[in-house]
Amino acid sequence: MTLAEMQFQVPDLRLASAEIFMLLMACLILVGDLLVKDEKRTLTFVATQLTLIGAAVITFASSSGETAYTFSNMYVGDLMADLLKLLLYLTVIVILFYSRGYILERPQMARGEYYSLALFATLGMMVMISASHLVTVYIGLELLSLSLYAMVAMNRDSVPATEAAMKYFVLGALASGLLLYGMSMIYGATGTLEIPAIAERLYMGQFDKGILVFGLVFLVSGLAFKLGVVPFHMWIPDVYHGAPTAVTLFIATAPKLAAFAMVMRLLVNGLIVVSQDWQAMLIILSVLSMAIGNIAAIAQTNLKRMLAYSAISHMGFMLLGIVTGVVGGDARFALNAYSSAMFYVITYVLTSAGTFGMILLLARGGLESDELDDFKGLNRRSPWFAAVMMMMMFSMAGIPFFVGFFAKFSVLQAVVAAGHLWLAIVAVAFSLIGCFYYLRVVKIMYFDPPTNTSPIEAPLDMKILMSANGLAVALLGIFPQVLMSLCAFSLLRSL
Amino acid sequence: MSGTPLLSLAIWVPILAGLVVLATGSDRNAPLARALSLIGAVAGLLVTIPLYTGFDLHTPAMQFVELKPWIPRFNVNYHLGVDGISMLFVILNSFITVTVILAGWQVIDSKVAQYNAGFLIMSGLLNGIFSALDGVLFYVFFEASLIPLYLIIGIWGGPNRVYAAFKFFLFTLFGSLLFLIALLYLFISSGGSFSILDWHRMPIGITAQTWLFLAFLVAFAVKVPMWPVHTWLPDAHVEAPTGGSIVLAAIALKLGAYGFLRFSLPIAPDASHELAGLVIALSLIAIIYIGFVALVQEDMKKLVAYSSIAHMGFVTLGFFIFSPLGVEGALVQMISHGFVSGAMFFSIGVMYDRAHSRLIADYGGVVNTMPKFAAFFMLFAMANAGLPATSGFVGEFMVILAAVEHNFWVAFAAASTMIVGAAYTLWMYKRVVFGSVANHHVAELSDINGREFLVFVLFAIGALGMGLYPQPFTEVMHSSVDELLRHVALSKIQ
Repeated sequence: MTLAEMQFQVPDLRLASAEIFMLLMACLILVGDLLVKDEKRTLTFVATQLTLIGAAVITFASSSGETAYTFSNMYVGDLMADLLKLLLYLTVIVILFYSRGYILERPQMARGEYYSLALFATLGMMVMISASHLVTVYIGLELLSLSLYAMVAMNRDSVPATEAAMKYFVLGALASGLLLYGMSMIYGATGTLEIPAIAERLYMGQFDKGILVFGLVFLVSGLAFKLGVVPFHMWIPDVYHGAPTAVTLFIATAPKLAAFAMVMRLLVNGLIVVSQDWQAMLIILSVLSMAIGNIAAIAQTNLKRMLAYSAISHMGFMLLGIVTGVVGGDARFALNAYSSAMFYVITYVLTSAGTFGMILLLARGGLESDELDDFKGLNRRSPWFAAVMMMMMFSMAGIPFFVGFFAKFSVLQAVVAAGHLWLAIVAVAFSLIGCFYYLRVVKIMYFDPPTNTSPIEAPLDMKILMSANGLAVALLGIFPQVLMSLCAFSLLRSL
Repeated sequence: MSGTPLLSLAIWVPILAGLVVLATGSDRNAPLARALSLIGAVAGLLVTIPLYTGFDLHTPAMQFVELKPWIPRFNVNYHLGVDGISMLFVILNSFITVTVILAGWQVIDSKVAQYNAGFLIMSGLLNGIFSALDGVLFYVFFEASLIPLYLIIGIWGGPNRVYAAFKFFLFTLFGSLLFLIALLYLFISSGGSFSILDWHRMPIGITAQTWLFLAFLVAFAVKVPMWPVHTWLPDAHVEAPTGGSIVLAAIALKLGAYGFLRFSLPIAPDASHELAGLVIALSLIAIIYIGFVALVQEDMKKLVAYSSIAHMGFVTLGFFIFSPLGVEGALVQMISHGFVSGAMFFSIGVMYDRAHSRLIADYGGVVNTMPKFAAFFMLFAMANAGLPATSGFVGEFMVILAAVEHNFWVAFAAASTMIVGAAYTLWMYKRVVFGSVANHHVAELSDINGREFLVFVLFAIGALGMGLYPQPFTEVMHSSVDELLRHVALSKIQ
């Protein structure tokens, strides 16, 4: 297809039908919510959930398994995008169930807007996942980020939340600037913004190496900001800590899927030819993240803050899968490495949702329970939910039979296959350090006497979902094959 | 016997029983939880009996093999099987679980269901370690078994339990993470196989062998534990409840030693020969130095913990002499130590339940108030000291005999344990049991009840039976040990 033909074509809307549906529904819900009184806010909740389910049906039905482009090559539909989007809907559905009680108990929060902002953020992530053009990546990212800034600030009377939102906004804007600057340099070096075309020109050698590497540094910095890896991690602890827990839950889960997609689209799909350059940068970021994340987490007394540092270390670990795809110009291990990283991200999101969900489960009556001490003696109060939380912690620590072990296992396997034995040793050394603070949570729940003996009250739907989340962590740990091969298969068809 | 998946039953019957026990919930249902646990533990033991009766003595090959794909993406298989080396440990472990459930019967009165479930689940996981023939399966069981023991020490342990639980978990994890990298390296260099048996046959260069051997050594030395990475064990033992100490001493320590036989020797035979001197030296240090450390302990549990380290020194010594007598002696020593140390910790537990002290100085003249107990304690103390006709003697004697053939001075040093071991055990026994009644706590002691008597009898059958007639234990080992040594004698360097 030549360029001239394409300009007169009506874009193939079917490929992007899920995004279009999501946009329409988000606008409808935003307007519709204005007409709903507080008592009937459940309507907004139901409509939001139905929208997500509808989007899932559309994505599933329109998935052909083939890679196809539309909107003048700005948008790509492939199996990786379909899989990530389906997981994204699922994650957001679960998040909304978890947050519902929390939102209801806080009249000062803009309740209806939480749902429409969540939908817009989801739309932004969908666009990021399906972006095959630098501008599309940027638009998706900004839609996500702006929704998140607003969500963090939604608790208007809270000083920490406002501060967190401000920090998030300023640093996020800076990161967007870095990313945009890097993109413009890459455009300067290659003369195109389309990701497949960039890859092609790099492959043909039609680029200015100096400018490209200059742009790459900015691009990687911008990505690192969004992923939250050291040294671009400063916003993570403050935002996780300051934001209302329901919003922290959102930030800590779904965007990780989109960030993974963004890394794949930009670095792997677009810039694989210069993988040597960005892999070297990412190795440093990864090791630093594992080091700082795991060590700083030890010193935290607030669970949200501890999990923020843990998130930094997990993103660092995930990057290990990204940096081992190409070894000395040989891309034999690429599928193995990238699918390991994908598996890692998915399991991290699953576990992280359960962990923050547990904080929400305990936070009742308008009070937060995000201090480590709030979990004291949880085993006496509710043996089952203590067990669920324990499974989450052991999964994050990478202890079998929980899914986190196989996530670490598959990434380490890719690292060893790539011949980076020393990197694997560094990774396990920091995992050992990380294990300490996860064990401490278990210790607090099981070995310490409770300070608060009230039984746990939570809506039935949340209890069921929370239990399912825990069982998923355990069952995927015993039968990881299905999800692993799903990741590998979707990448095989997409790369 | 081909139809029944015996090893799967040995693993999953206790685990499922544990989950059922957990479901009984709060302490209101404690009697039900106890009864169900005992049924589960006995059922777990019964399913392992056919492993012995159906065992083919004449083949070194793996028996009762089960092979199903587990994670085809990484060629990981659910591959189980036992040979003469591992089979006895599956039975021993299932046996110990029964005694542990009985040992905690009246003593544990808070969170009974969780306590018993922890031991049942751990029993299944430990059986999994001994029967796994796939590297990942082994590793998964190996690490997962840390969780129940961590919780058991942390929840039902003594005053310093949190420290002990963390130290136990992090020490062992430290060792096993390097082990994981070694497994991944073997996976990559074997061209994508996690089968331990494939790794046994795979040629490996000496440099890689050395690194693999060292990675295995760290993992297993922590678990055995060998000097100088033994410091977690006394802490864990002192803080753990009686049941935890029994399982820790009787089974968990054997995992490290078993790892040497399953991984270090057959996968890196050249490096094993090369570095045998190192392991022998560490073993002798454990035997002699730790023996003297045991001598000065004031806490009975600590004393037995140090004596365990010394006894395990014998095991690693026996392995690295590379003679059939040495390896079989070490295996006998491992099983014997399972009975004897389990019984020693149970004896201390019996006294602790009554007087709430483990300090030797708080006792004296126990024989006056607890004669039946004193008799059993005597038997196990003698076995711990290696008295002939008890199981403790057989293994040590075989290892020393093998050591004489290897090097007289090694044997000489090892044999000194006969004196030191007798000294610390009997001196403790004398101070605790003999003499006049030391204080009113001792005066108020009541002798053992029927349940405790039953547990003692179970342990005594093991310790005495094995000491008087070791043949049934050693005959199953012969073919496997011979085959192992034949394999280790061949170089893998190409």
